[in-house]
Amino acid sequence: MTDSTDTTGRTSFFMSTLIKLATTLGAIAFTMLGLLFVTFMIGRVMPIDPVIAVVGERASKELYDTTFLEMGLDKPLIVQFGYYLADVLQGDFGMSRLNGRPVAEDIARVFPATLELATLGTFIGVFIGVPLGVVAAVKRGTWIDQVARVIALIGYSMPIFWLGLVSLLVFYGILGWVGGPGRVSIFYMDIVPPVTGMILVDSILDGNWEVFWNAVSHIILPASLLGYFSLAYISRMTRSFMLEQLSAEYITTARVKGLSERSVIWKHAFGNIKVQLITVIALSYAGLLEGSVLTEIIFSWPGIGSYITTALLSADMNAVLGGTVVVGLVFVCLNVFSDLLYKFYDPRAK
Amino acid sequence: MTDQVSQSGWRAWLTTDTPTSRRQAKLSSWYHGWLAFRGNTMAMFGLGILVFLILIAIFAPLIAPHDPLAQDLGNRLKPLGESGHFLGTDSLGRDILSRLIYGARITLYIVILVALIAPVVGLFIGTVAGYTGGIIDATLMRITDIFLAFPRLVLALAFVAALGAGIENAVLAIALTAWPPYARIARAETLTIRNSDYISAVRLQGAGPLRIITKHIWPLCLSSLIVRITLDMAGIILAAAGLGFLGMGAQPPTPEWGAMISEGRRFILDHWWVATMPGLAIFTVSLAFNLLGDGLRDVLDPKDGGS
Repeated sequence: MTDSTDTTGRTSFFMSTLIKLATTLGAIAFTMLGLLFVTFMIGRVMPIDPVIAVVGERASKELYDTTFLEMGLDKPLIVQFGYYLADVLQGDFGMSRLNGRPVAEDIARVFPATLELATLGTFIGVFIGVPLGVVAAVKRGTWIDQVARVIALIGYSMPIFWLGLVSLLVFYGILGWVGGPGRVSIFYMDIVPPVTGMILVDSILDGNWEVFWNAVSHIILPASLLGYFSLAYISRMTRSFMLEQLSAEYITTARVKGLSERSVIWKHAFGNIKVQLITVIALSYAGLLEGSVLTEIIFSWPGIGSYITTALLSADMNAVLGGTVVVGLVFVCLNVFSDLLYKFYDPRAK
Repeated sequence: MTDQVSQSGWRAWLTTDTPTSRRQAKLSSWYHGWLAFRGNTMAMFGLGILVFLILIAIFAPLIAPHDPLAQDLGNRLKPLGESGHFLGTDSLGRDILSRLIYGARITLYIVILVALIAPVVGLFIGTVAGYTGGIIDATLMRITDIFLAFPRLVLALAFVAALGAGIENAVLAIALTAWPPYARIARAETLTIRNSDYISAVRLQGAGPLRIITKHIWPLCLSSLIVRITLDMAGIILAAAGLGFLGMGAQPPTPEWGAMISEGRRFILDHWWVATMPGLAIFTVSLAFNLLGDGLRDVLDPKDGGS
């Protein structure tokens, strides 16, 4: 932008930004509505009587009938969906059938555990994956490139729950290097006051280093596993972005000018893939948030993935719907965030 | 051509620069693709594993040393190689190797079914959206986005829970979560093809939208779809194994690999082989699909070729 932008130019820029924002918000709203509708329909198709789920199997006929009417089950499906929507918009996902607590409270309790795990996993994936991808692109065709390729291929092909089991067996069962399943050992449970719900952060805030290191020994294995999967994806994408840049003419120009190889690679080529890379990282982060279901189960990690699965296996539909909607919302938001980033910071996308 | 053409004869016929018929041109381009593919050692390795897997699945009754379902409680949890069980036995004394061999059938069954359903749905939705444009395009793509926004495994789990656990329902659930990327690819391809001259030419000759889509757009979408399918196969295998592991896929006593890991999980500390062997099988097969997909991408889709 130059200083001499006139008023009309500024207004039209403002207007176009506003329109862009409005369409984006509209798209999010529509996607979320669809997400809610599909989950709602799945819940209704399920071979479970929602009334019995509430009143229990030995309830009297009168109680059954009043509850049936109270839940609005005599109304058309679309009206029922309207009721559900109104509740959800107020942050009310109903009660969990398993423990009788509001689902929203449960989710607020389990979500930080997933967040902690996925964030650490993404950190590992980025700090190893990005340099690996860059080196593979620069040394294209050499043994380093081949090794990077094999590492990624193995990551794509590995059943995560099996790798989790085997690594638990080796590092916990045989070597005893790391803590076992769960977030902390049983003696350290409920010692630090929950502030953020993320035990690593909470123990630092509390200054309780014993709990902190115990939590680290528990999280390191599942986080490394998730990190490996995100590394496989991130390193491949980094490599292909870098290859695209390195074959461009401005790189040749920079080299001809006599710039050091380091400056050519990291300043010029890498500088141009940053925005693309952040998009990839955001997607991979979203993938870890939603895709850690199996990892959480293997490591008895009390996160949203194992919450949804447990609820599903015990037909606790309110919990399943609530959990799915929250995960979907996070996913949509991360997607939109990376989209916006792309639009605003990458002039080529305009 | 006669059948007695010598080897150099058919090779010359295939590699000629001046094909005399459409069939020759087509076969010749396939042959060149095969030559490029054959040079890719990793891809050939993947293909080899898959051919091996298919043979194993077909001849399972002849190869398997034991009945995969026969229990022998006196011989339960035997380690590798003991009393005639090459890979040991599980908690009910069943031969693990035989169960793995029969499990290859189930894996192939799931992969083939999903690979038949999901891309067809995606191709249909994507080309219709891309070709018609306007409100239909916007609606179809919004629906695609909704399905993309779901956590895949959770959506598959919810579908299976609604439909009831079992292999067929697991296949349906995986297919329902797998089609959106195909729709996106097919739409992108359609958008680039739609305005090309040859489509206008066909339209001027009086072809309707149905004919244009089925006869002139679908064939061109195929190569990018095939690459994507092959690369997705590994994901499908892992998803199916994940569902099986959670008890939502094949039901016992079916020797499905994911379910076998789940059974062996309880004994992992003392009897590691029960859960480890099926995991290695899953890993090998999905690695093979990934290697093959990488190679196919280099041949069929040179624009983002790897090395």
